[in-house]
Amino acid sequence: MTDSIKVLLVDDEEEFVTTLAERLEMRGFDPSIATSGDQALSMVQDKAFDLIVLDLMMPGIGGLEVMKQIKSANPDMPIILLTGQGSTKEGMEGMNQGAFDFLMKPLDIEELISQIHEALGKTSA
Amino acid sequence: MADKMKKWWDLCRQIFERDEEKKEMPRRYRRLRRNIIFLMLAVTLIPLAIMAATNAMQYQKNIKSERIKPIRAIAGKAAHSFELFLEERLSAIHFISSSYSYEILSGQATLHRIFRILREEYGGYVDLGIINNDGTKIAYTGPYDLLNKNYSNQQWFNEARVRGVYISDVFMGYRDLPHIAMAVQNLNDQGESWILRATMDTKKFEDLISPMGMDPITDAFIVNSKGVLQSDSRNYGKVLDQFPMEIPSGDSGTHVRELTDPDGREIVMVYSRLIKYDFTLVMILPQANVFQPWHTLKQEMSYMFVASVIAIFLVIFGSTHLLVKRIREADEKRVIAFRELEYTQKLSSIGRLAAGVAHEINNPLAIINEKAGLLKDLVDHDKHHDKEKLMRGVSQILQSVDRCRNITHRLLGFARRIGVQYELLDINEVLRDTLGFLEKEAHHRNLNIEFKFDEQIPKISSDRGQLQQVILNMLTNAFAAVKDGGEIVLSTWKKDEQTVALAIRDNGHGMTEETMRQIFEPFFTTKKGYGTGLGLSITYGIIKKLGGEIKVDSKIEQGTTFTIFLPKTPPGEMEDD
Repeated sequence: MTDSIKVLLVDDEEEFVTTLAERLEMRGFDPSIATSGDQALSMVQDKAFDLIVLDLMMPGIGGLEVMKQIKSANPDMPIILLTGQGSTKEGMEGMNQGAFDFLMKPLDIEELISQIHEALGKTSA
Repeated sequence: MADKMKKWWDLCRQIFERDEEKKEMPRRYRRLRRNIIFLMLAVTLIPLAIMAATNAMQYQKNIKSERIKPIRAIAGKAAHSFELFLEERLSAIHFISSSYSYEILSGQATLHRIFRILREEYGGYVDLGIINNDGTKIAYTGPYDLLNKNYSNQQWFNEARVRGVYISDVFMGYRDLPHIAMAVQNLNDQGESWILRATMDTKKFEDLISPMGMDPITDAFIVNSKGVLQSDSRNYGKVLDQFPMEIPSGDSGTHVRELTDPDGREIVMVYSRLIKYDFTLVMILPQANVFQPWHTLKQEMSYMFVASVIAIFLVIFGSTHLLVKRIREADEKRVIAFRELEYTQKLSSIGRLAAGVAHEINNPLAIINEKAGLLKDLVDHDKHHDKEKLMRGVSQILQSVDRCRNITHRLLGFARRIGVQYELLDINEVLRDTLGFLEKEAHHRNLNIEFKFDEQIPKISSDRGQLQQVILNMLTNAFAAVKDGGEIVLSTWKKDEQTVALAIRDNGHGMTEETMRQIFEPFFTTKKGYGTGLGLSITYGIIKKLGGEIKVDSKIEQGTTFTIFLPKTPPGEMEDD
């Protein structure tokens, strides 16, 4: 691992994102957190991230809207969506709009990591 | 009458009601049946009774007059012929006294001859005599020795001299047989008055009267003005007896009276007063006999009437019983259908909630997942266990589990029951609790939810599950009506001592008047494609069942307010359950 992978975690459940960030950090990642769509968008402008993990259901600007704005500025940015909904409808919609993949809550951290690697591998390849 | 009615009522009840049915049938249906029966009986029996009574009266009048007319005619004719009879006898005497001079008639032999011819031609005469001016009988022919008798002191003599003519009442003569005397005054050549006097037996009366009694029950006789019988009566004594009843005096012509005689018989009395003489012809018939056809008809009409009344009773009881039974069955079916509908609607509500709930549960689960994962990571990687960090993780897990439990409990509490179960409820608490289902959605859509609760509101006795269903319906509608960032106001207040009110106001798109009129109808929906159209009709049904009322007020583009009024105590009788 030449450089630790810079991941932005976006979710309105603060406990969730902070814990997830801590665990990713323990596994050698460089995570940042945002608890709202607005915050995520401003952070993307300030700092370059390798990958964004984005929750779909958020008050204010929802996940899909955030993704659309990020993609318009940086179409190659890999984004993994998180959904808490019972259905896969919104996840599929996100995939159609350019998300790399979607994962269901609660999250299996090993699966997330393998997805991150896959996403980055694909983009770098 | 009332007793009879009661008996009938009981009998009919026994016919149409089986015992177990009586017990089962709720009071409401019994009351309904009773009302219908009374109403139908009233509209059928009252006119029938009035008609029957009117008819009976009319018939009675007609039949009576028809029956009495011939009797009256007979009585009138009989009186007339009786009068003619007297007239004839009197004019014969008159004729003799005018045709012969006093001198000729005074000769015993001539008088004797004239008397013989008179008897032959007319019959009934008993004797004949001439009385001179002094009142002395100077000539006589007849069976008694009455020559030279002086009558000057007698009343008839004076009356005959004053009036010229005299007819006596019936009296018993020397032969002890009823007689009648008639006298005619005349003047001789010297201008002295003399009197021709004849007596007749009254057997002739009987001959005149007896044909009137065409049937054996008719009693016909003659009475004078003093009420003394002038001929034999069948029931009221012999000749010269006092007639026991009073005959109204003064009026001429033939009259009819219905009365009860001294022996208690119901009789019809027909009497005709003679014009020139002091006699009255009387006919007496038993009422029963005269009105026989009327009694027969009356009896037949009564049978007919009773039969009709029984028929009406049976038909009304039968049909009402059937009708009420049908109504009851229909009601029961409707209640079942409504319950099914209610249940379906509830299931669809639960389905709708489930998606939201899953999401709500997934968030705390995600936290638990991460915390537990972190704890595992810490145990695996970190040699120096940071106790504080571990404890923080554990308490976070517990908090999240708590969140999940609240959510699941709420859902279960909503799904559990369908029947009505009353408990003491704080309406504010029920509102807050129900809103909990939609908190997440409100949060995500940035809805501004405002509470205007009367915290002193009295508790009400109602059904939590049903109320939750109603409130959830109203809230879902309000949520659907507003745009993201919209405003919803929940308020509660005490309307009066017995009623509390709650209102849900939104500033959404509102409704047209047309829509407002239809919203409580089943299957009416504005959410084409995804609404069942049952929500508000079910809501309406539930609120009615809980004894409450629902009101809607809406302006297009300004918002809608639903207000629900609930009684502090539920309606007394829940006859459905």
